[in-house]
Amino acid sequence: MYSELKFNLSDSICDAVSPVASDLFTSACPRLFDGFFITIEFLLLSTVIGFFVAVAVTFARLSGNAILSYPASAFAYAFRGTPLLVQLWIVYYGIGSLGEASLGPVLWFVFKDPWLVGLLVLVLNTSAYASEILRGGLVNVPKGQMDAAMTIGMSWFQAMRRIMLPQAIRTAWPAYGTEIILLMKGSALVSTITVMDLMGQTRTVFARSFDLEVYVYAALLYLTLAGTLTFTLSRVERLWR
Amino acid sequence: MAGETVMNAINESVSLLSIGADGWGDDLLRGAARTLELGALSLLFGIAFGLILAGGKLSRSPFLRIPASGYTLFIRGVPEFLVLLLVYFGSEQIINQSAISMGLNGDFAVSRFAAAVAGLSLIFAAYACDVFRGAYLSVPKGQMEAAIAVGMSPTKAFIRVRLPQLWRFAIPGLGNLWMVMLKDTSLAAVLAVDELLRVAKLAGETTRLPLLFLCTAGLLYLAMTALSDLIRARIEARSRRGLPES
Repeated sequence: MYSELKFNLSDSICDAVSPVASDLFTSACPRLFDGFFITIEFLLLSTVIGFFVAVAVTFARLSGNAILSYPASAFAYAFRGTPLLVQLWIVYYGIGSLGEASLGPVLWFVFKDPWLVGLLVLVLNTSAYASEILRGGLVNVPKGQMDAAMTIGMSWFQAMRRIMLPQAIRTAWPAYGTEIILLMKGSALVSTITVMDLMGQTRTVFARSFDLEVYVYAALLYLTLAGTLTFTLSRVERLWR
Repeated sequence: MAGETVMNAINESVSLLSIGADGWGDDLLRGAARTLELGALSLLFGIAFGLILAGGKLSRSPFLRIPASGYTLFIRGVPEFLVLLLVYFGSEQIINQSAISMGLNGDFAVSRFAAAVAGLSLIFAAYACDVFRGAYLSVPKGQMEAAIAVGMSPTKAFIRVRLPQLWRFAIPGLGNLWMVMLKDTSLAAVLAVDELLRVAKLAGETTRLPLLFLCTAGLLYLAMTALSDLIRARIEARSRRGLPES
């Protein structure tokens, strides 16, 4: 159903523009849209999953329990202190090189698949940055609210989830929006581990045609995505005011 | 038995990472130096171009303001990776086409290092220009009016009053951008610039131990960002000296 929808959508867009577009665009169009949809999938999945991981990491960091807070802080520090490209290559070329024999069937299923590795690394990367943003938001919520919530009988977790987090997200929203845009731009790096996202398809088309035009088309598609995101994010922000 | 295997693996890793003919340690350090070189040069050119862009954005003329804003919008919305590839392949084609039109044979190869520096500075400038713009607007207007009132020309007032204070406001933002760019230098590995990540990848392929070398590269990046953070805090503290605690 979904893949059919994608196919029909890219087909109709490519048909519609073919009379006015250049030959290169007409021939590359289905590939570019194929990649474009994969980029959008990566973006949506890693944003949503990354948010939940980020909340878990942030709660662990603020829990006051050393067994939880130290590993969570170390995780955030390591992922914010190293380049995304290095993280992708460590997992795909590094851990992936260990092979099925040492990883076992379950881990091998994940680490041999560039799509899953790309998603995993993007989720971990964005959750490290997002947890820093959420932590900033949580620290700014007056502490008395936490005390009050616990006084009326909420558990620590309930108070965090119901009282603190919604307010933190509101103040952290602009910074979170910037992070989502950066995530979109970073997702282009999954093309270096053979995922055929928009960037991957663009590089393939360029390797055959040596025509720079295709990079311009890719840039336009990325800009469209960035514009849509910025618009949506600011709409959500206004909704809360 | 298992302990012995682990010991052997550790011994092997240590000798592979050592400095000298058998080890890759010196190659990795040279790669890290190249990474810092790439970052430092891009910082320099990026600041210069960023100041020019900020001037454009602050100008009254729409012919300067609109291109400057358009440029930052473009860079903010397009992946860094794409910008780098576009700069590399683009500059090669432009140079060769102009060489052909001048009657030379068009088989010049653009230096991959230079292309990486150009790409990274172009990205840095787009973000830095907004930092400079904010810093410019943070200097109270009354100070410029006062400077002009005591008889300074607008240029003189800018150089003596506004510019020195502009840095103070710009430094925290520039520090953040440096940390981002330091990590982005790793993209040059895809252009086959012999910086840290590329060296680690090659070492991993040669020795068939990619995990060891890529993780070592990761730790070196972590060391560089941690060090940058320390230096950044120092510079920030110095730039705030003499100001009341906020």
